[in-house]
Amino acid sequence: MDEIIGIVLSRYPAGKKEGLLPILQEIQEEKGFLTGEILNEVSAYLDIPVNKIYGVAAFYDQFRFKPHGRFHIQLCNGTSCYLHGSFPLLRDLEKQLKIKAGSTSRDGKFSIEIIPCMGACEQSPVIKVNDTSYNKVTQEDLRKIIRTIKDKSE
Amino acid sequence: MQFDIEINDEHVTAKRGETIKNVLDRIGIKVPTLCYMNGFSPTGSCRMCVVEVDGIPGLVPSCSHLVEEWMKIKTHSPRVIKARKTLIELLLASHPNDCLYCEKNGQCELQVLASELQVRERKYQSKRTPIQIDKICPSIERDPAKCVLCERCVRVCNEIIGVGAIDIIGRGSESRIGTTYNKGLNVKACVKCGQCIQVCPTGALTEKQSFQAVMEALNKPGLFPVLQFSPTVPAAIAEEFNLKTNKDVLNLLRAALKKMGFRQVFDTSMAADLNIMEEAAEFIDRLKSQKDLPLFTSCCPSWVHFVEALRPGFLPKLSTTLPPQQIMGRLIKQYITSSAGQKPEDVYVVSVMPCTAKKDEAGKDYLKDSETRFVDAVITTRELIKMIRLMGIDFSGLEPEPNDSSFSIRSSASKLFGVAGGHLEGLIRTIHFNLTGQELSPLKLTDLRGLKTRKETRIRLGKQLINVVSVSGLANIKSILDEIEAGKGDVHIIEVMACPYGCINGGGQPKGSDEKSLKGRMKVIYDVDEEEIIKVAHKNPIMTGLYEKFLDRPNSDRNKELLHVLRNSIEIQ
Amino acid sequence: MSASTTLKITEFLVEKVVKNYSGFYDKGTAELLAQIKREKVTRPVIYIGMGTCGLVAGAGKTMKAVENYLEENKLDAEIIKVGCIGLCSAEPIMDVQLPGKARISFQHATEEKVEDLLNAVFHHTLMHDNSLGQYRFSSHEDWPGLPYIEQLPFFASQRRIVLRNAGIISPLSIHDYMARGGYRSLFKTVLNYTPEKVCEIIDQSELRGRAGGGYPTGKKWLVALNTGSDQKYLICNADESDPGAYMDRTLLEGDPHRVIEGMAIAAYAIGANKAFIYLRSDYKQSILLLQHALLEARTCGFLGENIFGSGFNLSVFIRQGAGAFVCGEETALISSLEGSRGIPHEKPPFPAEKGLLGHPTIVNNVETLANIPPILENGPSWFKAIGKKGSTGTKVICITGNGVHTGVVEIPMGIKISDIVYSIAGGIKNDKKLKAVQLGGPAGICIPPKDLDVEIGYDSLEEIGASTGLGGLIILDEDTCMVNLSKYFMDFLQKESCGKCIPCREGTKRMLEILEGITRRPKEESSHETLERFKGVVQLENLAEVIRDTSLCGLGQNASNPVLSSLKWFREEYEEHIFDRKCQAGVCHDLRTFYIDVELCNGCNVCQKKCPENAIIGSVKMPHFIIESKCTGCGICFDSCKFSAIYFK
Repeated sequence: MDEIIGIVLSRYPAGKKEGLLPILQEIQEEKGFLTGEILNEVSAYLDIPVNKIYGVAAFYDQFRFKPHGRFHIQLCNGTSCYLHGSFPLLRDLEKQLKIKAGSTSRDGKFSIEIIPCMGACEQSPVIKVNDTSYNKVTQEDLRKIIRTIKDKSE
Repeated sequence: MQFDIEINDEHVTAKRGETIKNVLDRIGIKVPTLCYMNGFSPTGSCRMCVVEVDGIPGLVPSCSHLVEEWMKIKTHSPRVIKARKTLIELLLASHPNDCLYCEKNGQCELQVLASELQVRERKYQSKRTPIQIDKICPSIERDPAKCVLCERCVRVCNEIIGVGAIDIIGRGSESRIGTTYNKGLNVKACVKCGQCIQVCPTGALTEKQSFQAVMEALNKPGLFPVLQFSPTVPAAIAEEFNLKTNKDVLNLLRAALKKMGFRQVFDTSMAADLNIMEEAAEFIDRLKSQKDLPLFTSCCPSWVHFVEALRPGFLPKLSTTLPPQQIMGRLIKQYITSSAGQKPEDVYVVSVMPCTAKKDEAGKDYLKDSETRFVDAVITTRELIKMIRLMGIDFSGLEPEPNDSSFSIRSSASKLFGVAGGHLEGLIRTIHFNLTGQELSPLKLTDLRGLKTRKETRIRLGKQLINVVSVSGLANIKSILDEIEAGKGDVHIIEVMACPYGCINGGGQPKGSDEKSLKGRMKVIYDVDEEEIIKVAHKNPIMTGLYEKFLDRPNSDRNKELLHVLRNSIEIQ
Repeated sequence: MSASTTLKITEFLVEKVVKNYSGFYDKGTAELLAQIKREKVTRPVIYIGMGTCGLVAGAGKTMKAVENYLEENKLDAEIIKVGCIGLCSAEPIMDVQLPGKARISFQHATEEKVEDLLNAVFHHTLMHDNSLGQYRFSSHEDWPGLPYIEQLPFFASQRRIVLRNAGIISPLSIHDYMARGGYRSLFKTVLNYTPEKVCEIIDQSELRGRAGGGYPTGKKWLVALNTGSDQKYLICNADESDPGAYMDRTLLEGDPHRVIEGMAIAAYAIGANKAFIYLRSDYKQSILLLQHALLEARTCGFLGENIFGSGFNLSVFIRQGAGAFVCGEETALISSLEGSRGIPHEKPPFPAEKGLLGHPTIVNNVETLANIPPILENGPSWFKAIGKKGSTGTKVICITGNGVHTGVVEIPMGIKISDIVYSIAGGIKNDKKLKAVQLGGPAGICIPPKDLDVEIGYDSLEEIGASTGLGGLIILDEDTCMVNLSKYFMDFLQKESCGKCIPCREGTKRMLEILEGITRRPKEESSHETLERFKGVVQLENLAEVIRDTSLCGLGQNASNPVLSSLKWFREEYEEHIFDRKCQAGVCHDLRTFYIDVELCNGCNVCQKKCPENAIIGSVKMPHFIIESKCTGCGICFDSCKFSAIYFK
């Protein structure tokens, strides 16, 4: 068994279903995303069919089954951001990077994620690329941001 | 505690702890349901059974809401009917428009509800995202576009079969019934029992049809199509076509099948007798050597798959005897038809089974002889019914066709295979005789009968006492396996059937397996055992002939080659 | 501070303050307490608002700048990270307190301004541009010409009970909380009251759940207390997922111990020895602060075994929600804690009887629990006197949108919405007109300006159809398209619907599709198409009724609120979208048709280059032209034209 998975599992009692979400959260925190191997290990440890685990994980927005792109773009779509034009930004972003929100590009360079609310309503619309926040983003700004990351990713 | 409530302006007695639906059922008011299942706790997800209760602002689901003293209920007020109709209209907005071409046409619960609620137009239009039909499983086909997400299949798979092969994947309107990484039903956990098909209200789950292949075989020049049917089939046919369940059904069925073009028709029961003969010897050998006990029966393909894929540690304990369907197939190809001058590769064996997993079993690599399979195609009882209809066969005009093959003689013990506990009962009769030289008395083992999912008894074999258990509903086996693994328990034979109460309730049976019809099917089988003369496998005259002419003594090396198989664990990701 | 000093202070606070609920202190105690509360300081103290809102606005950089400043100027000062005072639109906020002087508060204290601001304070030459106000304290010398914080319009109408400490004290210090009377209510409760008595006190206070249903808290507790079971649970519901509402976060980040104390009292009252805080995993800052606070509380003996020697045990665990809005619903939250999909269940049975793992479970919202310690401290009649009949106490509200000031406020129940909009938020930004106020999150309602006299309170809001999720208040100016806003909420709700019951799963999707049809440019301009879209609106109303009638949980039951209320008040806007295919506000991009004014266009070519659809043609220095069939109405050309030559209809 993978060492990290083993360490996480050892913190929770075997066969207790209540541990499922925290276990998946901790493993994802370490590994970045959930693989088939992880699901199988957790399934065996908690004695839950692996399909059930997948069903639970797929219910929640937090769990990913594919890694983020090298440039992970988070776009806030809270009410304030929406009112200030986050939707056209998203459309533009999807078009420019040729991927849909919630997915990662095939070459693994980019991924887009919609965040329900980042809680920075005063700065809306807000976009985050990896750890850098961009506040009050206009379409013009977005184009610049995209150009920069496209250049960097080459 | 009893009290009066008001339903549709009439006073009705209700008991504390009852749901509204319980009361409605009792007084003969039917409310529509889509997610409700007898014997399961209600989930309240379809909302079809809603009723109006004075003092509660919204409508309440009658399946899960408990009655209370003050309640005044309206079950079919305009508001309620409008709500139900709208719910159906909402489902239909994204439902495929192909009822006429649907497998479930005429048997679809959604269709019935739409008709009852007088839905006459597609009121809401929705963009339909094309979803691929999942055809990857050899037994079961899923069309997610037709799914109404009632979750019945998921619950049966979880609670009755206990494997959790499917679940709801995703959230909201994106939810689909699916498997890990949406890879289709070719998953380890799926045992292909088809119980999900039985509960599906729409055409979202069906068996994988072998219908076309069979029709082609029937019409292919040079091919010699023969058919074998499982012990449960005649009763189901009788039920479906309203025939009196007497011995004539068998002969009528035989006549119908001959009319359809099958050259010879066999009753798989004969092979069940042979299965008993071999398995009895196998058990006695294991008992003597005290090895690989308890012996687990291996007739149920879903159970066998479960062991192969999920609990391979129990493989050595599985009986190596081939299941009757395979024994019959092999006998037909290598003995019966070849003695009549047919080459095995020209013989096309079709089996009719109450089971979807048998389709998977027939395709297993270890169940073929060089190039020919023992069984070429498996159709379910449901498919057979359709085929009979398609071929325009009218039972009322048929002359019963007497048995033409000596290979259709069987004991009533073989007939018992159709119900959980029956295989065990038949097996014990022969074991007893073989070990003690005397017939078991009485032959009938009441402890192993009845509509229960776990039955057990203790049998005296001369000086020795053995414990036997019959388990049906695969979910119930888990705790027993865990006990055995932990070195606990003193059981000698365990019969396992994946479907609750056995093959009479199989995934390939006609729908509508309520308690009443199950009891009916059970009675047919027990009656046969009551009435017939040959009640034990070892008294079947064919056995004597076979063992003299074709086989060696039971569980001998030669027979092991012909009638036994060693199974290995399988890996599916 | 050394470990032994910390220990001594803890001991002092526990013995002399927490365990002393007379409120009278001897001179020595009072002296030391004043020091701990920083009423008396010997060196300058700089407070920086480090809540999530502050951090996004750049508080982290501000802090670095402060540290650099102190080092460069060789100044000795204490830096305290505080939570958010609520005035999020003024972040980053930095307060400075010089010995003997009043604590002064600066707004928009970004890193580049730090030097100027601190220079001004230390040289006593106050710059007024960024100064917000000062805190009134009797023994402190006031800064001349600066208003008191509580006099600012944003704060004047507030009544801060649960937010009393937020933004003032350090959320990282249990001393700060104890010094202000924290954990005294817990001490008093577990030693003096039976669980029945606690339920009774809360019932007398008429406190109602602050999250949605508004069920009387004391009554709910009694059900759990009276349900026999060897195991009971308390859950603090902090799964706040409404977009644009962050009351709970402000509370947890400003004063985490208040919530923990509330939980401990609640757990005692119902007989639970295990409690969970279920909060959004995105609330990283809150999680860190809570973890720290729980550790402190355990160390002080306020949690754990045999609390205050009373025999009462309590362990508190943090569980992170995994991103599903529906888990804010209590039964769905419980499913999630059990390791399942977050699916709501039919009630009854209520969780108070049969909840987590089948045991009696009380799920209370963060704000509800934060109200518990002050009620026990001051008595139920004190609490009942605040607010109005049927809605006692205060309500924390998060103001977002187009107000001049936005943020989190705590107002007494009974205040009018117009007061919130015009007094507290200071009216509409950029002198625009108010179009509507949206209240109660994505499943809330919108209220037109003429109806703003409605008071905040359970019954008054229920009357106008805002039954749940009091808390988020969005100020919408005249540039808002109500159809588009309804579409946004519907999109949110249909994505967050768990998918269990048909009306919510299918119904919200259908309603969204109808709204999308209205806001999309029609493929063909036939009257049939218009009729179809009009039919859609009629269907919306029918559908809404059935969805409300038949949905299993609150999410579905209220999902049609935004559409119904906007249809009620802004029907002409829907009709305009349908019949005239126009969006007054210009928000529904698909309905816009752009034109180039040939008089104004000088052929600079910028728009042509920027158009992502290549819908603009024309040669340099000649007026350009937009091909209507190619134009998607994105508006990039409109934004990029420096000569205002592009307009839309």
